[in-house]
Amino acid sequence: MSVEIGAIIAAAVLLAVLAPFATLAAVAWQSSAELWTDLIGYVLLPASVDTAVLLAGVAVVTAVVGAGLAWLVTAFDFPGRRLLDGCLLLPLAVPTYIVAYAYLDLLHPVGPVQETLRSLLGFEGPRDFRLPDIRSMPGCIGVLGFVLYPYVYLPTRALFAMQSASLLETGRTLGLTRGQAFLRVALPLARPAIALGLSLALMEALNDIGASEFLGIRTLTVSIYSTWVTRSDLAGAAQIALAMLAVVLGLVLLERWARQHQRYANDAQHPRPIVRARLSPVAALAAIVVASLPVVIGFAIPFAYLADAAIERVRLSGLPGSIFVSLRATVIYASAATLAASAIGLAIAYAVRRFSQRRATSVVILASIGYATPGTVVAIAILPIITGLDRAIDGAAHTLFGFATGLLLMSSGVGVVYAYIVRFLAISVGGAESALQKLPRTLDDAAATLGAPPRERLWSIHLPLIHRAITASAVLIFVDCMKELPATLLLRPLGVETLATLLYGEAARGTYEHGAIAALVIVSVGLLPVWLLSRLADYRP
Amino acid sequence: MRNRLKTAVRVSALAALMFAAPSVAMAQEVNLYTTREPGLIQPLLDAFTKSTGIKVNSIFVKDGLAERVAAEGAQSPADVLMTVDFGNLLDLTEKGLTQPVQSAVLEKAIPANLRSGKGEWFALSLRARVVYASKALGLKSITYEELADPRWKGKVCIRSGQHPYNTALIAAYIAHHGEAAAETWLRGIKANLGRAATGGDRDVARDIMGAICDIGVANSYYVGLMRSGAGGPDQAKWGQAIDVVLPTFQKGGTQVNLSGASVAKHAPHRADAVKLLEYLVSDQAQKLYAEVNYEYPVKPGAGVHPLIAALGSLQVDSLPIGDIVRHRVAASRLVDKVGFDR
Repeated sequence: MSVEIGAIIAAAVLLAVLAPFATLAAVAWQSSAELWTDLIGYVLLPASVDTAVLLAGVAVVTAVVGAGLAWLVTAFDFPGRRLLDGCLLLPLAVPTYIVAYAYLDLLHPVGPVQETLRSLLGFEGPRDFRLPDIRSMPGCIGVLGFVLYPYVYLPTRALFAMQSASLLETGRTLGLTRGQAFLRVALPLARPAIALGLSLALMEALNDIGASEFLGIRTLTVSIYSTWVTRSDLAGAAQIALAMLAVVLGLVLLERWARQHQRYANDAQHPRPIVRARLSPVAALAAIVVASLPVVIGFAIPFAYLADAAIERVRLSGLPGSIFVSLRATVIYASAATLAASAIGLAIAYAVRRFSQRRATSVVILASIGYATPGTVVAIAILPIITGLDRAIDGAAHTLFGFATGLLLMSSGVGVVYAYIVRFLAISVGGAESALQKLPRTLDDAAATLGAPPRERLWSIHLPLIHRAITASAVLIFVDCMKELPATLLLRPLGVETLATLLYGEAARGTYEHGAIAALVIVSVGLLPVWLLSRLADYRP
Repeated sequence: MRNRLKTAVRVSALAALMFAAPSVAMAQEVNLYTTREPGLIQPLLDAFTKSTGIKVNSIFVKDGLAERVAAEGAQSPADVLMTVDFGNLLDLTEKGLTQPVQSAVLEKAIPANLRSGKGEWFALSLRARVVYASKALGLKSITYEELADPRWKGKVCIRSGQHPYNTALIAAYIAHHGEAAAETWLRGIKANLGRAATGGDRDVARDIMGAICDIGVANSYYVGLMRSGAGGPDQAKWGQAIDVVLPTFQKGGTQVNLSGASVAKHAPHRADAVKLLEYLVSDQAQKLYAEVNYEYPVKPGAGVHPLIAALGSLQVDSLPIGDIVRHRVAASRLVDKVGFDR
């Protein structure tokens, strides 16, 4: 396979990924503009303000927690550092909506926390004393921030680990303290990683329906959803979705433009790692507390809550057999999508490596817009494509072989996998692209001079150097697929339940505790890959 | 590395085969697309299979059921479409996704105003939009109009105004009083909210217990689900913390909504689909609706669960369904206009 064929394949795949947005535009076109006056004034404007506030808050929390802790575990040594380093990624395994349910239950005036508090303070009941409601903007920012910070932590931590100590030491010899060296040398140099992580975290936040709606925040995504559902106005919903997409693309372009003239070259040979400063016992204790806090908030508490509810459930009615069937379906869909998305992501990133930066950037952005689109919207846009293909296959089979295939793709789960690829391709393209970018071009030139054809270069030079980055994105995609709900719900075949839909079926009628087992399995199955991720992120020998 | 990739390709090919395996068609089966949660209807479907031997394959699609069936077109495996809310049922019919069914059994069991004249949709159960109130209030009666009374400032809990249960209530209000009055009323309730309009109907009971609100609007069957202990011991406490009042319109009755079903236009198992519908209005199934789901059965004379009977006798508002459905979009727009959910 020559690179040209690779580029053609990448282009074809890109078209397939973009096809849903064409159907979305077609749907949006069907509606009259009459609706817009209503939508702009009453829906779009306030929803945009709420969305902006939410994203700003989540950005601050994820950046401070993610980058701050990445620095803490890179630059300092304290007991339990390695363990915490791995644990800090654990919130990735927990879907945001589960965390929202858990905290509302725990922090509600009739929940265990406030009940304990009241009995300690000597108050009679919730009428005498209660804390502010978590169903608020600060509550939503907190929940999303403490679940999504690993998206920033992961790349930033990896970048810090690769950062050459010599730069920092230069800063120190020029009279900077350790803190100043962090703020003025390490942090600015980590900008690409922080930006990548933030963009992932913010798109997750933007896309979130479960937690935001549950906590009463009407984001743009929630508005799209209710416009479609309660007014049966799919066209109106598609219009809001496209408007939102335009804003997201604008933001991404702005971010890219801001750093287009900066290149972050590393001395690629053998960067000498940063020597960790040993902390005094008191400081070490403080570091342990600070580094544990996000893990406790984003993972340990919701996990313990789920485990408690699930154990209670198993004790009452045993382990339902449907769990294993659903687990199998979940793993099959998620694995298929992960393999496909990883391969496609690599193909696209590799194909654009020889493009000019500008062209490469636009291709990467195009491949990523699915990530900025709510799962419901992707699903709705995919429906006509998959069923259209199904009809074509059915017709062809009928003419050629004389039998009907029915809805072959739809009934085999291809629609679900397609939706996952569209949604999460950004992770693998972004991962592969940024990893390839770190490899100096001289590497390609040297290999070319030695007569290595492009294909040889990919297999024997680039892949061995970036396979960690690729595996890391693959793990993120897998975990994201396992947690994905709206597209799975709409596109899965008749009679199939994944863990997420099983859980949602219970949660939607308010019997969360019945869904606790499924939720616990989602989180537990996600733990293994997430742990693997923490090992991958540790670039130390 | 290359070997590993080859293995990856093999594994993915195998995975593709595994889930591409077509489902083997059974002798007698019927495919159900439903927006009702599996836990709610599974007991009914199991009973149907037990009594007829017909297997039911179901898929729970919360939103987008109509879009999916429409996209699947003539090849759609859907036989029966089941949903809640008048608007959703009519939507399916208006989009041409249902087919008329003539069945003496259905026509005999379901009152004429609770099914389409052409047999395009049939109501199967009813639920009332009621008021939950703090026990401390000793509230005995209330009208929907009074929910906007400033005496409830900061005391009212309700789920999202855009939820079909609420848009149907608001649409009924418009049908009674007109759009302008409905807007004033909705602004009044908005000003009375004790927390963001979000969550579910059970949260209303929990929030009253937690002193966040004094009264709230929710569906009748949740009372049974909570008080019976079906939702666990915590929910049983929430159910006990509230009084339940059947509100009425000033000049009318209690607003009810329905769950119902249609036979899909391209149903491959049409006869069995009709059998399923007929089963769902049988005495046995209607009893299950009342006993397992705490809904009001649609069949005249079928009993209600004691927990629901204890709420008082239901006087259904007499507005024609068409009047309510007609105002549904206007209701949804009003919710946006007054910023109800913000």
